[in-house]
Amino acid sequence: MKQLTLGNKALARGLYEAGCSVVSSYPGTPSTEVTEEAAKYDEIYCEWAPNEKVAMEVAFGACLAGKRAFCGMKHVGLNVAADPLFTCSYTGVNAGLVICVADDAGMHSSQNEQDSRHHAIAAKVPMLEPADSQEAYLFAKLAFTISEEFDTPVIIKMCTRVAHSQSIVDTAERVVPEIRTYEKNIAKYVMMPGNAIKRHPFVEERTRRLIAYGETAEVNRVEMGETGLGIITSSTSYQYAKEVFGEKASILKLGMINPLPVKLILDFAEKVDKLAIVEELDPIIENHCRQLGLEVTGKDVFPMEGEYSQNMVAEKLGVALSPVKSLEEALPGRPPVMCSGCPHRGLFYTLKQNKCTVLGDIGCYTLGAVAPLSAMDVTLCMGASISSIHGFNKALGEESEGRTVAVIGDSTFMHSGMTGLANIAYNQSNSTVIILDNSITGMTGHQQNPTTGYNIKGDPAGKINLEELCRALGFARVTVVDPYDLAECDRVIKQELAAAEPSVIISRRPCVLLKYVKHEKPLKVDCDKCVGCKSCMRLGCPSISMKDGKAVIDTTLCVGCGVCKQLCRFGALQSQE
Amino acid sequence: MTKNIMIVGVGGQGSLLASKLLGHLLLTQGYDVKVSEVHGMSQRGGSVVTYVRFGEKVYSPIIDKGQADFIVSFEKLEAARYVEYLKPEGRIVTNTQEIDPMPVITGAAVYPENLVDKMEKLGIAVDAMDCLALAEQAGSAKAVNIVLMGRLSRYFDIPVEKWEQAIEDCVPARFLELNKKAFALGRDYEA
Repeated sequence: MKQLTLGNKALARGLYEAGCSVVSSYPGTPSTEVTEEAAKYDEIYCEWAPNEKVAMEVAFGACLAGKRAFCGMKHVGLNVAADPLFTCSYTGVNAGLVICVADDAGMHSSQNEQDSRHHAIAAKVPMLEPADSQEAYLFAKLAFTISEEFDTPVIIKMCTRVAHSQSIVDTAERVVPEIRTYEKNIAKYVMMPGNAIKRHPFVEERTRRLIAYGETAEVNRVEMGETGLGIITSSTSYQYAKEVFGEKASILKLGMINPLPVKLILDFAEKVDKLAIVEELDPIIENHCRQLGLEVTGKDVFPMEGEYSQNMVAEKLGVALSPVKSLEEALPGRPPVMCSGCPHRGLFYTLKQNKCTVLGDIGCYTLGAVAPLSAMDVTLCMGASISSIHGFNKALGEESEGRTVAVIGDSTFMHSGMTGLANIAYNQSNSTVIILDNSITGMTGHQQNPTTGYNIKGDPAGKINLEELCRALGFARVTVVDPYDLAECDRVIKQELAAAEPSVIISRRPCVLLKYVKHEKPLKVDCDKCVGCKSCMRLGCPSISMKDGKAVIDTTLCVGCGVCKQLCRFGALQSQE
Repeated sequence: MTKNIMIVGVGGQGSLLASKLLGHLLLTQGYDVKVSEVHGMSQRGGSVVTYVRFGEKVYSPIIDKGQADFIVSFEKLEAARYVEYLKPEGRIVTNTQEIDPMPVITGAAVYPENLVDKMEKLGIAVDAMDCLALAEQAGSAKAVNIVLMGRLSRYFDIPVEKWEQAIEDCVPARFLELNKKAFALGRDYEA
C-alpha cells in the first residue's frame, strides 16, 4: 500500500518486514522515531536502553542468539557506542545486526556536526545511505541481507532531511527468517588478542568482497543524462542535484557509502566530460575519487559545514538563480526557549541569582544558557557536567567548590552521569551536582527512561530511585527540591554549596508538556499594582512581555506555574481561582 | 510542475497537523508529495518551518529561496521572516497574531511594526486575518491551523468536499465539527 511516510517510520517498516525481532536504542534527534515506530509492531521486542553503548550491546546479544536485531541513535550516540561497534566488526554476527545512525547537518538539534561516515570507515563496516523514505524502507531490509551474507554489522546512515521528511512508500508483508541457532565459537566471538588477530584479516577480506559487491549491486546506480557534467552523490544531496539538473547531467547515486566502489566510479568518469562531487559535510567520496586519480570539483566550491539545498547546488555548479524579494529591515530572531511553566526555569533563575558557575549537559535544560537567564557556562556531551565539575574543582579547590554546580537531566544522568558521580565519590571532590528530574526524556519528545517507571510502550517497568542510587554511590547529602519554589531552591543551593562534602540536589517536577500534568489557569496582571519594574521579565518566560510599561501575560501560553508571582514585590501578578 | 507550500510559525503552534492534512489531501489527489519537518530543539518556542511539495515527481524535500507558491504563517513576524522564499507571484496567508520572541521580551529588539503593509509594498499578495479570533469563534483557539487551511483552500482547484474528507481523516471524530466550522470560517473570510 502506498502511503506518505516519515523516513524514520519507513525505516521501522523495513525492520518489521525483514523480520527484525529485537530493537534497543537510546533516543536522539533525528533518529528517535525509528524506534518509536518499531515499538508499534507487537512482533518486535523494543526498548529504550540507558545509552547507545548498552543498546548496541543488547542488539549484538540478540543477533548472537540468532534473531535479527537493530539499534538506532543520533550521530553523537555512535561515539558512545563506538567501543562495541569496532570490535563486533571483528566478531561479525550470527543473525543480522543493523545499526541506524542519524546525522544532523545544519545542527537543528545537536551539539556538533560530525560526519558519521568516518565511523563506518574506521570500524570497517558497510554503510548504506538512503535518499528518501522508500529507500530507507528498502535499505533496512537490504541491510539485514548484507549483514548475514557478509557476516558484519551494517550501518544505515540517515540525515535530518531523510529522517524527518515524508515521501511515498510502497510496503509489503513481514517475512521472518529462520532462527540461526547459536553455536559456541570461541575463535569467532571471544575477542582476546590471539583470536582477534585472526579476525582482522577476515575483516580486510570482507571489505574487498564488499567493494566487489558495490561495483554491480543495485544499491549504487547510474542515471545517464547529458554527459557534459557527471555528478557523484548520495543521500539528500542526490535529490538537490536531480532537482537542479534533471536529465541535464549524468548522476552516479551511491546507496552504499562504505566501502566505495572503484570500477563503477572510474567507468562513470570515463563517460562524462567533467566530474562534480556533491556530499554534505566531509569530502569522503571526493577524497576517494582523488585517490583514484580523478580530477573533480567538490569542496573547492561546496562548504564543509551546514545543510545543502537545491539553490546551493545550482549556484556552486554555475546555474543562475532568479532574484528574490526581501524586506530591508533586520527582523528579531526567534531562538528556541524553555517552555512556559518549564520546571527548569526556577532552578536556573536561582543559580543565576547565586552567581554560580554552571557546568551543563545535554537536554532541554541546555536552554538555561539562553538570555536573559544565561545560567550555564559549559555544555560538551552527555554526562560531561558531572565529570567536568570534578576536574574543575580539583583544579581550583575551595575557590570554586563553593560556587560551582553541575546540572544534568534525569535521562542524561542514567545515560552517562552515574560513572562521573562514582568518580566524585571515589576521588573525593567537594562537588555539588543537581539532577534536573522532569521525569521524562524531554528534548527528543518524551521518551521513558530507567527513572520513570514505564517502558517504551508505556507499560509499568522497573524504576530506579535516584535518591537511593546517589546514596549507594557514596553521597550522604541528597536533597529533593521543587523548582517552582524559589525560596526553597535558594536555601538548598546555598546550603549544599556551603557543605563540606559532596552533595546531590534533585530538582524534581514533571515536564509541563506531559499529558498528565495539570495546568493552572493563566495568571492575570493587576495593572494598578504593576509598576513596570520588570522583575518578572528576568525569568525569560515566553508568556510575559511588557506593553505600555506594564507586564502582560499571554493567556494562550501561560500555564499558571506561579514562579513569576514570587518575584513580584507589588502583588501585581495574581493566580486565578 | 512542482508546487511549493511553506508552513511557518512558532514551535508548539500546531503546524504539524496542517502539513499532515495537506500531505494526505494531495496524495489522494494523485500527486507525488514530499513533506519535510524539523523536530527537536527548534520545537521549543523557536521559529519552525515545514515544507510541503507536490507535483508529478518531487525530488528535493525542501523549498529554497524564491520557490514558494504559498507561505502559510501562524504568526506575523514569521511570515515576514520567510519572504525571500516566496516566488515573485507567490502569496502569503498569515495569522495576524503577534508572539514576542525572546529578544523582544528581553528588550534587545522591538517587534517590527506594519509588517503586512511592508510585505504588500514589495508587491506581495498577503491574506492577513485574525485566525485566533476565527478559531475561537469555531470553538477552540487550537483550530488556528484549520482556519489557515480553509483560507489556503481558496487557491486550489480541489473541491471543498475533498478538503473536508481530509480533515475527517486527520482529526479525532470529536473535534470534527469544530474543525469543519474553523475551515469554513477561514475559507469564507473576506479581508
